[in-house]
Amino acid sequence: MEKKFGVYICKGCGIGDAIDIEKLSNVAIKDMKIANCKTHDALCSPAGVQVIKDDMKDGVNTIIIAACSPRVKYEEFAFAGTITERVNIREFVAWSQAPKTEDTQSLANDYLTMGIIKTQKGDLPEPKILEDLTSTILVIGGGITGMTAALEAAKAGQKVVLVEKEAQLGGFANKLYKKIPMGAFYREPLIVDTDIDKLAKEVESNPDIKVYKSAKVAKTDGQPGLYDVTIDSNGNSTTEKIGAIVMATGWKPYDASKLDYLGYGKSKNVVTNIEFEEIAKKNNGKILRPSDGKEAKRVAFIQCAGQRNANHLPYCSSMCCATSLKQAKYVRQNPDATAMIFYIDMRTPGRLEGYYKEAQNDPGVMLTKADVTGVSEAASGNLFVEADNTLLGEKIKVEADLVVLATGMIPTTREPQEYLDNLVKEAAKGDDAKKAYLESTPKPEYILNLAYRQGPEIPSLEGAYGFADSNFICFQYETRRTGVYAAGCVRQPMNMSEAQEDAAGAAFKAIQCVDHAARGVAVHPRAWDVTFPDPMLIRCTACKRCTEECPFGAIEEDEKGIPFYKVNRCRRCGTCMGACPERIVQFKDYSVDIIGSMIKSVECPEDEFRIICLVCENDAYPALDTAGINHKQIDPSVRFVSLRCLGGMNLVWVADALSKGVDGVLLLGCKFGENYQCHFVKGSELANYRFSKIGETLNRLQLEAERVTMMQVAINEYDKLPDMINEFVEKVKEIGPNPFKEF
Amino acid sequence: MAENKTALVIGGGFSGLTAAVEIAEAGQDVVIVEKNPYLGGKVAQLNKYFWKLCPPVCGLEINFKRIKNNGQVRFYTLAEVQDIKGEEGNFDVTVKVNPRYVNDKCVACDACAQACPSYRSNEFNFGMDKTKAAYIPFNQAFPFTYVIDAKACSKDCGKACAAACKYDAIDLNMKPETINLKVGAIVMATGWDLYDATRMDILGFGKVQNVITNMMMERLSAPNGPTGGKIVRPSDGKEVKNIAFVQCAGSRDENHLPYCSYICCLASLKQSMYIREQYPDSKATIFYIDLRTPGLYEHRFLWKAKEDPNVTLTKGKVAGITEDPATKDVIVEVEDIFSGGKVKATFDMVVLAAGMVPGTKDSKIVKDVSYTPDGFVDASTAKKGIYAVGTLKSPADVVRSVQDATGVAMKSIQSLRRR
Repeated sequence: MEKKFGVYICKGCGIGDAIDIEKLSNVAIKDMKIANCKTHDALCSPAGVQVIKDDMKDGVNTIIIAACSPRVKYEEFAFAGTITERVNIREFVAWSQAPKTEDTQSLANDYLTMGIIKTQKGDLPEPKILEDLTSTILVIGGGITGMTAALEAAKAGQKVVLVEKEAQLGGFANKLYKKIPMGAFYREPLIVDTDIDKLAKEVESNPDIKVYKSAKVAKTDGQPGLYDVTIDSNGNSTTEKIGAIVMATGWKPYDASKLDYLGYGKSKNVVTNIEFEEIAKKNNGKILRPSDGKEAKRVAFIQCAGQRNANHLPYCSSMCCATSLKQAKYVRQNPDATAMIFYIDMRTPGRLEGYYKEAQNDPGVMLTKADVTGVSEAASGNLFVEADNTLLGEKIKVEADLVVLATGMIPTTREPQEYLDNLVKEAAKGDDAKKAYLESTPKPEYILNLAYRQGPEIPSLEGAYGFADSNFICFQYETRRTGVYAAGCVRQPMNMSEAQEDAAGAAFKAIQCVDHAARGVAVHPRAWDVTFPDPMLIRCTACKRCTEECPFGAIEEDEKGIPFYKVNRCRRCGTCMGACPERIVQFKDYSVDIIGSMIKSVECPEDEFRIICLVCENDAYPALDTAGINHKQIDPSVRFVSLRCLGGMNLVWVADALSKGVDGVLLLGCKFGENYQCHFVKGSELANYRFSKIGETLNRLQLEAERVTMMQVAINEYDKLPDMINEFVEKVKEIGPNPFKEF
Repeated sequence: MAENKTALVIGGGFSGLTAAVEIAEAGQDVVIVEKNPYLGGKVAQLNKYFWKLCPPVCGLEINFKRIKNNGQVRFYTLAEVQDIKGEEGNFDVTVKVNPRYVNDKCVACDACAQACPSYRSNEFNFGMDKTKAAYIPFNQAFPFTYVIDAKACSKDCGKACAAACKYDAIDLNMKPETINLKVGAIVMATGWDLYDATRMDILGFGKVQNVITNMMMERLSAPNGPTGGKIVRPSDGKEVKNIAFVQCAGSRDENHLPYCSYICCLASLKQSMYIREQYPDSKATIFYIDLRTPGLYEHRFLWKAKEDPNVTLTKGKVAGITEDPATKDVIVEVEDIFSGGKVKATFDMVVLAAGMVPGTKDSKIVKDVSYTPDGFVDASTAKKGIYAVGTLKSPADVVRSVQDATGVAMKSIQSLRRR
């Protein structure tokens, strides 16, 4: 596109009072040689917008708007088919600086220059749409979650391939005798058929769902819209073309043999909640105990067996309290039988409370808060449950015919994750340790078997205990493998009806993903973005930093170690761009050169301080904007340059800025660590890692380390942020001007 | 066949917003009808989320950005659905849009608010402070457009706001408008309201000055709240160094809300952390029946609170709350569950963990569905093409609401794509 520029400066909202608009116009006209520079009293007004539209009729296609923040007036200033750059001289200048000072003027001048450079260097992006895309959804796991996901996707008109490792569909629900009714009311009957067979039949008879049983995914190669998935089933190997994947492989019960302190393994009449289901199912509801087949008339349920416990599972599996209440109903099908439930906290959140209430109203169900201290054998195969701190008295000892342990769930992702994490740890010690580990450790069953450089499974998440969770509260279906959406108990502990809702959600995200691949746009969180990384590979040194650092495993390597993008896996965060020491990664409107040239354009007068502040556009930028809205004063020496994610921060920018005479560089990114807030998961953490290497650069330049700092900020810290920035500026001023200014 | 390929989302809180952007990102048009002058609902009023202690506006900002960039989401604020006719794929919806008295030309320069002589109780901060009658709901609101509260407007100020506005953005003659929408699917996402705490006589809310609700506590802790985030008590502005949280204030009580409101245990644990972080010498006590922190929260949240020696978790039902007239301190009487008997303790301030009432309890706009006596939607009875989300079906946290809203997005596109 041949660019025809137009610069439009707004004088409204106090901008005209704070900035000399004529001088600012001269930056465009004289310094940047853009003759077409217009000003308006209220550029966002219909008359103001018309000025731009009229120019567009004359061929203006590259529009620089110096006005308010891009967070507002987005409809007024949306001009399809153009390069439009918003230069924030309202919140960042007029509203946060002293009016009509030289400092304020040069700040506005620098922002306008940077905005113009960005449009000069950037290009209008066009979507990259790959060929031979497919929209078929693969669902891994044929339990209630997987079957629901498959049916929901099929109902939306999608083709589905379902892979189940067992010989029949149904998963854990197959083992269940009954389930809790799912309607809006909890009233008799309080236990109902699971109807899992009906669901399985519906799946198998659906013409849009192809079912593989006794099958597993042997290999997943490719990228969203273009996966080749090899499925091994009954000795045959088939390859399916797949667009996106729902991972619904569920959970395994916690290994009860570790619960000998609760009598498991010592007495046959101590069983897990799953074994109890099997007993009830096998005997059509009759509770016949394992040791002697006698009907158990006093059944004790011990909640949180090996859960909420640092030595076992530190989390709560969410569904066990309600499950035990349900199983108490199995017991109570015999009116002479009683059930006793020992709990730490009865967790029946939401309307499930009504289910708990029904149990409380049943005189044959005894419920007490208790710390169970032990289970010991009594006469004739019976058991004593001993407990402390109960509602019935301090220490109690109750005899039961059968004890049921409410054991928790372990996601199927945990074993492979642990295996792979340990492998990385051992490999770091050297080849011998790695070899020894591989030889001595049995390889677990992989789920996805991704043919990805970064490994075959979804990477583990700190504090998620192997669950394929996102750690995002607002965005539940994020994983670090684009196109793979976890659903059900593999994602988070949940009950059956929640798992069915979750299945619909994950299947929906999978559909969205194939749709976006077809349109050549990114998926969340930059779902509108048509740009994509396009490196100048001729200059690549095969250092592998991009392939190692990409938070989403989007980059592969050829045999020479040269990277290539699987672009549909890419989330467009630009972390690769920040990682690249050769500065070759570029997007049409975002590159090392574009940002670097913007930074280099900042004037560094000898007698003044200049600070470059690189900010994450998702959180730090809105926080700065809000500070401006609140008219908080920020030191005028600071120039904000926004990045898609701080992970895109390239050290060359810092080095160039400092060697040019910039006195300090401040990096503002999201919080990282266990409770990370980075929308690209690892971006800010990687920026911090890179930042830690900055000493080398500073040493080389013989500059003080304190001139460069990284801060973690949250979007609501706009009240503190100006002070944090101003303090940094003060610190830099104490160090003194950058000696490179003289050159 | 679905004639109308647009989805209607009633309610622009986090559930509705999620459903809307998700549907739009699947390529369908969406209209949000929101009764407040801003989007974001309750989540916009929260200081931090449990368990990450991250700011909810972070996720809202991303969703607003998705709306700004997507182009397929339209929204009406200050609007209410009045009538729904028709069938899946072909609904006729009547929407009343109440006047904002400020048009799209507003640049949010604050001149109108500065000129306005009248004040109104700020409901965003639960009446703990006032704004001008011309106001912006909060400083990260979306849309970032001012609004004039006609009820608070003095009308004899000579239209000071309009005179102050340089952008021709104020139109005090705006009238309510009725618009008709043709849509193919409807998402009910009107969320929840806090249970009216004055109904619980023994807990003193409304009579004892230093008894507040959990939602008020969120505003008191928020940097854009009435105190700029400083947690001080209402009676005298004293720093709150000794606080109590009363769990199940209304919830799990046949006389009030028979169900559990899901979020209150986690919310009180979180709020105890607000206090502990702000005042290192403070103490927090939580009176509970059961501590309900299901899922992965246990280790990361409940244990974290338990590790703090200045946080006390006491199983016990609160029997009464009174005020010390001299100090305005709050006296809490608690039944000791283990030993029987009653214990009294005094606090600077008490937070009632008040429960959730579904938005459909008092406002049953959608007729083609049945409701439980508590006002929840019985989703199984909903007419084809109408879907309820999140807390309309059962109390839920943001995580579950987002999950459900995404699931409902699936149901909606099924309705829109149906042949």
